[in-house]
Amino acid sequence: METAQDTIQQNEAKAETSKTLFKGTGSQVLLNGLIEEGVTTIFGYPGGAIMPIYDALYDYADKLEHILVRHEQGGIHAAQGFARASGEVGVVFATSGPGATNLVTGLADAQIDSTPLVCITGQVFAHLLGTDAFQETDVINITTPVTKWNYQVTDAKEIQEVLAKAFYIAKSGRPGPVLIDITKNAQLQLEEFPEYVKCNHIRSYRPKPKVRVEYIEQAAELINSAKKPFILFGQGVILGKAEEEFKAFINKSGIPAAWTIMGEGAIPTSHPLNVGMLGMHGNYGPNVLTNEADVIIAIGMRFDDRVTGRLDKYAKQAKVVHLDIDPAEIDKNVKAEVGVWGDCKETLPLLTNLVNENKHEDWLAKFRQYNQEEIDQVITPELYPTGDEMTMGEVLRNINEICGGDAVIVTDVGQHQMVACRYAKFNNTRSNITSGGLGTMGFGLPAAIGAKYGAPDKTVIAIIGDGGFQMTPQELGTIMQFGAAVKILILNNRFLGMVRQWQQLFHDKRYSFVNITSPDFVALAKSYYIEASKVDERANLRQALETMINHEGSYLLEVMVGRENNVFPMVPQGMSVSEIRLK
Amino acid sequence: MSTEDKIKYTEDTVDLEGKQEYTITVYAENRIGLLNRIAIIFSKRKINIESLNSSASEIEGIHRFNIVIHEGYEVVRKLARQIEKQIEVLKVYFNTNEEIIWQELALYKVSTDEIAEKVTVERLLRQYGASAVVIRKDYTVFAVTGHREETDALVKALEPYELIEFVRSARVAIIKDSAGFHEKLKEFEAFEPGEELVENEFLEKGQKIFTM
Repeated sequence: METAQDTIQQNEAKAETSKTLFKGTGSQVLLNGLIEEGVTTIFGYPGGAIMPIYDALYDYADKLEHILVRHEQGGIHAAQGFARASGEVGVVFATSGPGATNLVTGLADAQIDSTPLVCITGQVFAHLLGTDAFQETDVINITTPVTKWNYQVTDAKEIQEVLAKAFYIAKSGRPGPVLIDITKNAQLQLEEFPEYVKCNHIRSYRPKPKVRVEYIEQAAELINSAKKPFILFGQGVILGKAEEEFKAFINKSGIPAAWTIMGEGAIPTSHPLNVGMLGMHGNYGPNVLTNEADVIIAIGMRFDDRVTGRLDKYAKQAKVVHLDIDPAEIDKNVKAEVGVWGDCKETLPLLTNLVNENKHEDWLAKFRQYNQEEIDQVITPELYPTGDEMTMGEVLRNINEICGGDAVIVTDVGQHQMVACRYAKFNNTRSNITSGGLGTMGFGLPAAIGAKYGAPDKTVIAIIGDGGFQMTPQELGTIMQFGAAVKILILNNRFLGMVRQWQQLFHDKRYSFVNITSPDFVALAKSYYIEASKVDERANLRQALETMINHEGSYLLEVMVGRENNVFPMVPQGMSVSEIRLK
Repeated sequence: MSTEDKIKYTEDTVDLEGKQEYTITVYAENRIGLLNRIAIIFSKRKINIESLNSSASEIEGIHRFNIVIHEGYEVVRKLARQIEKQIEVLKVYFNTNEEIIWQELALYKVSTDEIAEKVTVERLLRQYGASAVVIRKDYTVFAVTGHREETDALVKALEPYELIEFVRSARVAIIKDSAGFHEKLKEFEAFEPGEELVENEFLEKGQKIFTM
């Protein structure tokens, strides 16, 4: 009988035979490994403890493009934007100490939004660990809760194996950020290295299970028996690259489908079964009818509190089928009648085979009915306002008309984000890039830079509020230096709008520290040699947007919008989704 | 025994909030930092760890953690999945006290004079199943292995006689209904998991709790 030990020895023996030696430093072998993994773009910022890697990078300029950001947080958000737009792993370099701690917000964002990243941080010499050396921080422990995996390398001989594992872990299963901390001595260490071998198996890690057909059968039975079935889909469809499989499933089953903001764009906005957005600022029908559906099919979404509202009044009448690649999500917030653990790229086609063809005309008509009500009461006034003040919605309508739904829209966090998610049209997947789970203000500008590198042929528009823009404006410098043709659209309401909205609605209009002033954004952009203009009248809006979008290279447009406009509909916090307010 | 039955069976040990003692058994790679990764899963949810033991397992190179917490079934189930999700964790089981055999070791240091004068050592040894580990002129160290109540009982008994030092180890537990990890490990090492061990079994409601 073969024991575990035998297997390990056999694997080691296999590795032995494939050895081709490369003599060089840990830094060189790291860069070679990145090339082997297909990396072409790195977002980073040098510093003392990562200097040997940067020294090696000097000779790799033809193979690895390094984008020098202006702050490590900008670097990691750019890598997130790159990963989200391209479907590839984003790579970040940062030095030890403050360089590494500046990554933490981006790591937390990538962790909660399942974005595949490999971050390389420099670390002080191994013999200095624990001595409070210059720029030493305990990066591994600081980043443990916000990484899918992290590892400290103190010996160059570990680099190849750890890097291969890092890429495998970052992109397989439910993706996530991985951090490798490499001490300076390991970067400098001269060694003979074997050929780089990609990782495709870690014994303690099961990225996805073999799909069990009995669960698919149970799910199909439930779906086929449903009179009012309703699909809720999230980013899992996009991460699983299962957009076509998903489309086939809804087309055959005829079930209305609504999205979380992370799932937006997985099917085109115009798809007849796309009934809109879920959650706090989602559409009227999808929220109300969540509490009327008899079977809910959740696909690659995790029932975040912003989607469910008050949990004990959420979909209590419905039987839930939950498809997810992460077993910890099944039964986490909402009990599933049938949990289908697996990669939706595999589970969806199996399910499609077993579900009956259907139209659900009456049920769909209900969505249309609620939608009409929302159009009349909320959407038309927002998209075609009659007052003097411009609305965020009409800016989005104009963008839709100009770009026709083909642009990549990157948003920051706040009112403009909700408006953009509600009204932006998308024809293509991986076109809506936003900080969903963490709600990171300052995400928009750097993420848009990364998205432009990830989708160079697309028009990339960063929609940002006046508050969020002031959190990471330094990345204008990155645009200036590397020429990323990002269109920056600042929707300026001279308030921290979302907080102001809550203060108005729930805190008796006590506007506590939401009155934010701004610099001259146009002059700021111009100081970075970026073309810019400002619009404060509706008459000039369309022309200004066309100028921005048609401009070759980056362009900043500031649009002055109504100061105290609110985003509706809204499910107030602590209320049920069926208690959604239209005003 | 189904989950439902199991819960009924353990009803008398469950407190008013539905909480009871659970012993979580984690099979994991022996890697620096993993303990922290596991510990923060509890602290993130403000859950106190009553006892934590890290040791070798029946398989060389594979580590075994025993973690005791006082929580409700739902919470423990979610915690177990979060722990199992960590890259270097192979498998997590969680069990009520009825489902495990468990022991804790306690050491008691008392003044030899005091004890020789006032209590009969033989009585202590016999009544509490204690053994004398060290007997010196100045002090004697007793050891007791057993459940919490047993080790606590000797603390009570020794309190009047100048208990100089007392320490109790973390809980170590063996799962009654487990066939060990040898076979499972082979499945983990295989690229394609076998039919009967596709690691999806915890989704089958009504199975034994420990197969989470």
